[in-house]
Parts: sequence; C-alpha cells; structure tokens
Amino acid sequence: MNHLIFSRSGLASIAVAIALAVPGAPHAQDQAGAGNWDMIRQSMFAGRTIEEDGAKLVELETPVRAEDAAVVPIAIRTRMPQDPAQYVKKVYLVIDRNPSPVGAIFTFTPESGRADIETRVRIEEYTNVRAIAETSDGRLFMTTNYVKASGGCSAPAGKDLAESMARMGRMKFRVEGEVKQGEPALAQLMISHPNLSGMAMDQMTRLFTPAHFVRKIEVTYGGKPVMSAEVDFTISENPNVRFYFLPRGPGELKAEVVDSNQLKFESSIQVKPGTAGS
Amino acid sequence: MTRESEFRFAWRLAAAIFIAVAVEAPAVAAPLTVREVAPGVFVHFGAHEETTRDNLGSIANIGFVVGEKCVAVVDTGGSAALGAQLRESVRAVTRLPVCFVINTHMHPDHVFGNAAFSDEPGVAFVGHAKLGAALAARERGYLDRLHQEIGDAAAGTRVIAPTLTVASTRDLDLGGRVLNLRAWPTAHTDNDLTVLDAQTGTLWSGDLLFVERIPSIDGSLIGWLKVLGELRQLEPKRVVSGHGDAGAGWRAAIDRLEEYLAVVRNETRSAIKARRTMQAAVAEVGATQRGKWLLFDDYHKRNVTAAYAELEWED
Repeated sequence: MNHLIFSRSGLASIAVAIALAVPGAPHAQDQAGAGNWDMIRQSMFAGRTIEEDGAKLVELETPVRAEDAAVVPIAIRTRMPQDPAQYVKKVYLVIDRNPSPVGAIFTFTPESGRADIETRVRIEEYTNVRAIAETSDGRLFMTTNYVKASGGCSAPAGKDLAESMARMGRMKFRVEGEVKQGEPALAQLMISHPNLSGMAMDQMTRLFTPAHFVRKIEVTYGGKPVMSAEVDFTISENPNVRFYFLPRGPGELKAEVVDSNQLKFESSIQVKPGTAGS
Repeated sequence: MTRESEFRFAWRLAAAIFIAVAVEAPAVAAPLTVREVAPGVFVHFGAHEETTRDNLGSIANIGFVVGEKCVAVVDTGGSAALGAQLRESVRAVTRLPVCFVINTHMHPDHVFGNAAFSDEPGVAFVGHAKLGAALAARERGYLDRLHQEIGDAAAGTRVIAPTLTVASTRDLDLGGRVLNLRAWPTAHTDNDLTVLDAQTGTLWSGDLLFVERIPSIDGSLIGWLKVLGELRQLEPKRVVSGHGDAGAGWRAAIDRLEEYLAVVRNETRSAIKARRTMQAAVAEVGATQRGKWLLFDDYHKRNVTAAYAELEWED
C-alpha cells in the first residue's frame, strides 16, 4: 500500500515541495544550484549518508555541453551485480536547477540483471546532474556531473507539434543483439509522446500549454518486474529508455506506460533466449 | 509683430519644439548598408557570426521591396535596435510608408527587429499560418537568450505576432508591384514562407536556403529535402537566401545544401540501422562535411541530434 501511495504522488509531491520551499531561489544561488540540492537532500534522504564515491559504484555519463538542451542523452551505469542478497534497488536522477529537479526514480530488481539506464533529458539551466544509487541494504552512492545547457524545459515540445500529437502513444520496443539464457539483455523502449512541460506559451490563449507527460513506465519479463520508472517532463519528448533484463527461459517482455492524463499505453515482445531478439 | 514676423516666430517656435523633442527621443539609428540587387529590391547581407553586442543580431539577410504605393520589409534582423537601422535604410531610399513587414520564419535573427516598425501607420505583420504559435511557444526562451547575448542593447525587442497569415499562397500589392507569398510544409522550421517579387524575378527564400553558413535543422530533415526539390522547379532569376549570397547561382547553392542534408540523413539512417546510440551517431555522422561550412562546430552536432530524433521514428 505504501508503495502504491508513493507511486501515485511521489515525484509530483517532491517537485511541489521543493518548488514551494525555494521560490525563485535558483537565481540567487551559485551556478550549479547547490541550494536546491540541499533542499532535495533534506526532503528525500534526511539523516542518511550519501557516499560520493567518485564513480566507484555509480557512473554517470553526460555531455559537458549539450548540443540540444531539450534532448540531452545521459547514461547511468552501476557496478554491483544484481545479486538477490545485495543489489541496486533504486537510481535517482536529480537535475539541481531544473524546474522539477527530481526528474526520474528508476526501480530495479535482481531480475534486471544490471541496474543501468540510458535516456534523454531536458535541461533548463547550467546545472549539476546527479545519479544516486540506493542499494537493497539502504546505502546511497552518488556521482555528480556539471552540464552546460539551457532552455530545454521551456522549449516547445516538437519541431512539429501537430505531428507529435497525432502519433502519441505509438511505441517501438526491441531487444538489442543476441539474447542468451541467464545473461543480462539490453532492451530499448521508445514512446511517442510530446511530454509537454507546461512551460511553453499557447498563442491563442496566452496561457501556458498544459503539462502532459509520461509519468510511469513499468516493464516486466515473464510477469516479474525488471525496471520501473517514475518520470515527468524532465524526460525529453518521445521518451526513450534503454535498460537490462535477465532472461531465464522464453517469456514476454512487457511495457506498461501511464501518462499524467491517465492515458495508458502497452507494448510487448516475445523473447527466446539463444535467438536474436525481435 | 507683422503677420510675416508672427509667422516666422511661430515657425521658429515649432522648430525649437521639434528639436527639443528630437533630442529627448533616442538617437536616430544609422542606416544599414543595403545593396539594390534588382530594381527596387534592397538587401542588407548579415554576417556569418553568432549574435553579439557588436553585430546586434545582424547575422541574416534582411531588406525591403519598394512599390509605387508602399514598401514591404522582408525580415527585420535580430534586435529592435537593428530593425530601427533597417527602417532608416528604407527612409534613405523612399518616403513611401511601410505597409507590410513579412517574416520568412520564426527565428530570432529574422523577426526580432519587428518592433521598430510597429508604429508605421496601418502596417500589417505577415507570416506563415503557423508562425504565431511557433513564436508564442518560444518567446520566453528567445528573449532570454537575446538578453544573454547582447545585454541592454536588447531593450525594446519583443515578439510581434503576425496580423496577416498565409496558409498556402497570398499576393500582396505594393502598387504596381505584386509579391507572391507561399507557405511551405515543415522544412527548415514548421513556418517557412517565401516571397517572390514577380516583376524582377527575385525570390526571398528565407532560411530554406543557406549559403556558406551551416544550415540548422529546426523542422524536418526529410521535409526540407522535399521542399528543396520543389524550389528547384521554380524559375527565379535570383534568390535572396536567408544567409550568404545565393544570387543568380542559387541552383548550385541548393546542390550544396542538399548534399549536406542528404549526408546527414543517410549516415544517421545507417547509424540507427546499425543500432548505434544517439551519442555515437552524433560523434560519427557528417565528418566529411566539416570544412565545407562556416560555424560547423556550433550547429552540426545539434543537427545530427535532431536528425536522429526524427529518423528513429521513420518506419
């Protein structure tokens, strides 16, 4: 039940709490937004030690300077085997100076095989980007990179919004390379969705176009969870996630997606270890 | 006082007031250098630079066409200050009023001078049917960036939405001279508009055509290649491109632009097919094009990012 409550309101409530706590604060603070981070740390990890482990357990790959602030590719890789006795349970993505700094919370299981994730994000201002890994025994590890990018969240979704809306909900789901029994396999899920941030102006109404974004992605293999993500408009238009799962025999890899308007989208593929994925 | 001296006094008083007012008002801008590329068609060629405090956003080609009744301005430059200079260039050529300010698309270096023309009596701001929405959605970001680039020289710059829009084609009458406007499907942006001065065979292509300066993909790569194919079918004597000087050699300019776009399309498609990630594609695609375009490092990787995001949804 606790989990359910969290999954319904988790990201949004954290974002709101931070927004209320530091009205207009980012501009008054240092370039990297350390003040925001203090607030996030307090609200999410109060009283807990976070090891800044210099990429020993969690590695974060970001461009130093984004080519397009609305589509910044990032990769988070963890270096702990997903052993049922001890594994990486969650990975938090925090972008200190974004309007919604806690952009994504990824949940992994031993069935993930590897707690790695690749996606693309929007960045509004020059900022620190943090990947925080939480192990099943409750330890926290963090790696921080500074990224130069601006305007990614307030840029309108879509170079062609009409086309983007027409295609909403279409998905492309595939497994990369050869899938071998008992070895982590890489999957890519693409979701066509404008992921509107609510920060771009509508010409007719002179109001902001309402936010409308993917908020939850749940992937199972053979009915068991392998990766779930609580996300918001921090993720770029047409959300794209790459993640691992551990095939133990043939099964269905299934993705369920829910957006902020409660629209649901589904996609699945049949996987047979030992053969190439479809 | 005699009637005559009264008259002189009144005239002097008026002149004194006029001078006082003129001194209070901002200094009159110096006119931009313009070239008359065809009778009645004047162009100020922008620099191949990023917008800075020194150039005030004079990085795109802007200008005007003079009819018998009035003047149409085509693009206004990257700041209100630059727009004011363009207005002085018009004034240096003719006393006819400016009846139309046409924007070829949404980008700041083409629209941010609009405000300098907003007090022209009866002026219409003309753009593609999708221009207004595109500008509204980007207004805040565009203005923030301009302030970062040129500081307080951005004063007075604002977005002016089109008051007359073009969904397919439209003719504008300048008196004895008609401009044919055509709205294009998504290409360089989703709001590209061309302006043909039929009398001299001069086509203002906006940024559908880049010369020397690397193009930026902010609409659809595939759409742009299609539109270039259609532009080829037209028969203008010369083209005023958005950047660089296409002139009479515009067909060769289309060839070069098409080569760049096709290389980006083909290599990005291959990368996607080979299951390379976006990061890998951005690092690899289009290396042969370096050296063929100015400002390559400022835009090329962003172009590949845009191409990848578009093409990964192709099939």
